[in-house]
Amino acid sequence: MGTLGSTDMAAGSNIAGVVSSVPAAPPRPRHTLLVRTTHWVSALCFLALLVSGAMITLSHPRFYWGETGNVNTKPFFKIPVPSTRKLVPTGYDYVLRDQNGWSRALHFQSAWFVVLTGLLYGIYGVFSGHFLRNLFPAKQDRSLAAFFTTLKSHLRFARPGEAEAHSYNLLQRLTYLFVVFIAFPLVIWSGLAMSPTFDSAFPATVNLLGGRQSARTIHFFDSAFLLLFVLVHVLMVWFAGFWSRTVAMITGRAKEGK
Amino acid sequence: MIDSSRRKIITGGLATAASVAGLGVASRLAKRYGLLPPDCGGIYGPGETLNYATQRVLARHSRAREFSRSQISKAPFQNEIAPLSNEFKQLQAASFADWRLTIDGLVDRPGAFSVAQLKGYPSRGHITELACEEGWSYIAEWNGVPLSHVLEVVGVQPQAKYVVYVSMEPDTWDSLDMDEARHPQTLIAYGMNDNELPVGHGGPLRMRVPRQLGYKNLKFINKLTVTDNIKKFGKGLGSVAPEFGYAWYAGV
Repeated sequence: MGTLGSTDMAAGSNIAGVVSSVPAAPPRPRHTLLVRTTHWVSALCFLALLVSGAMITLSHPRFYWGETGNVNTKPFFKIPVPSTRKLVPTGYDYVLRDQNGWSRALHFQSAWFVVLTGLLYGIYGVFSGHFLRNLFPAKQDRSLAAFFTTLKSHLRFARPGEAEAHSYNLLQRLTYLFVVFIAFPLVIWSGLAMSPTFDSAFPATVNLLGGRQSARTIHFFDSAFLLLFVLVHVLMVWFAGFWSRTVAMITGRAKEGK
Repeated sequence: MIDSSRRKIITGGLATAASVAGLGVASRLAKRYGLLPPDCGGIYGPGETLNYATQRVLARHSRAREFSRSQISKAPFQNEIAPLSNEFKQLQAASFADWRLTIDGLVDRPGAFSVAQLKGYPSRGHITELACEEGWSYIAEWNGVPLSHVLEVVGVQPQAKYVVYVSMEPDTWDSLDMDEARHPQTLIAYGMNDNELPVGHGGPLRMRVPRQLGYKNLKFINKLTVTDNIKKFGKGLGSVAPEFGYAWYAGV
């Protein structure tokens, strides 16, 4: 422990390679086992939810605002794709094969997995200090100036500094906070609002969102936002060094140097 | 290091043992309290079971949202129906005077009921939303006789677990558990928006289950069977829907 060249070196305080005379505590991994496991389970669920959700959308690629909406009412917007249903006017002269059976089953099963995983992550995040330590902005970053500095370095596509292999920068923290505490809960909420039995027990679930069709539209936009987040996330990982970051998320170890 | 990895193995082992034991207890409890849907097997069984069990625990007796008259949709969407059979057309030509709803199975007084007889029972109406699994929806006022009343008339036996209902459309049948069958908003509907129930919406008789999605609301109902063994019907999955990959329970 604590000798130069140890592969276990990960904690920021050990980077300098200072050999401490007191036995060092075991290094803290870049990502804890729970964060890594929940990350990959969620990633898998997201993929399943995305594919199945897109399939379900094909059966009615029209979106409405308010309580009700159907082909006899004016849509809020349409997605210009063919449909799996004959009676939906799409402008295409063919109808795709119905995929809703397995899509719905996969959608709900993945939703259960990701919600239970998210719950575990949330409880862990609060009690382990993960949220406070890693996601809430660090003390020196709680200013507009810090925000613009990080933003500028992002916009210049500057290579991340060494410290960022061990900690999130301000922009990352704000994005993760938004995804974990707003986008993810909202997509679950708007999804639940589409369940007639759930609404019968908790009518506010759908009423607060402005009705069943509004809930469906919000669910769609929030999913689109989450997809955008995942795409940008992967792009950023690629810029930062795809393998070192991915290995860190699998094994928990941040590699030294480049 | 050794201590830490041993601790990890012990913790991991305990967690696994606890999960296995937990799942075992959960599935036994689910079975005992009737929380397993007929289509609980297969790769998507866990999801279906979680949907059904959770909603039965949270919302066994809750009422579907009802709306005001002004919220009734001007043009309710009429979904596709199979081409009407000659038998249906003959019944339709006689204003469905000869339409019969037969009721059998675990009942004390099986019988065949005409539409007029059903209209003679106390009626109930509600303005509720019909929501299709595809995503669209509309609000209408539905009138009919509560299924619970008809079940009282025929005298359901205590061991009953499901009410199977059959449509005149070929190969179209479904079933409700007793909670949904006895729910006050579950109707055998014969009226819609102050009129007779139009054929396009399932007239003369349609099962109206406002807490579940549209596909549970079968049109052209002509047979009910009360049973304690759903496995005897079709492929034993509770309805024809799971044979096409759709869930038996459509409260989600």
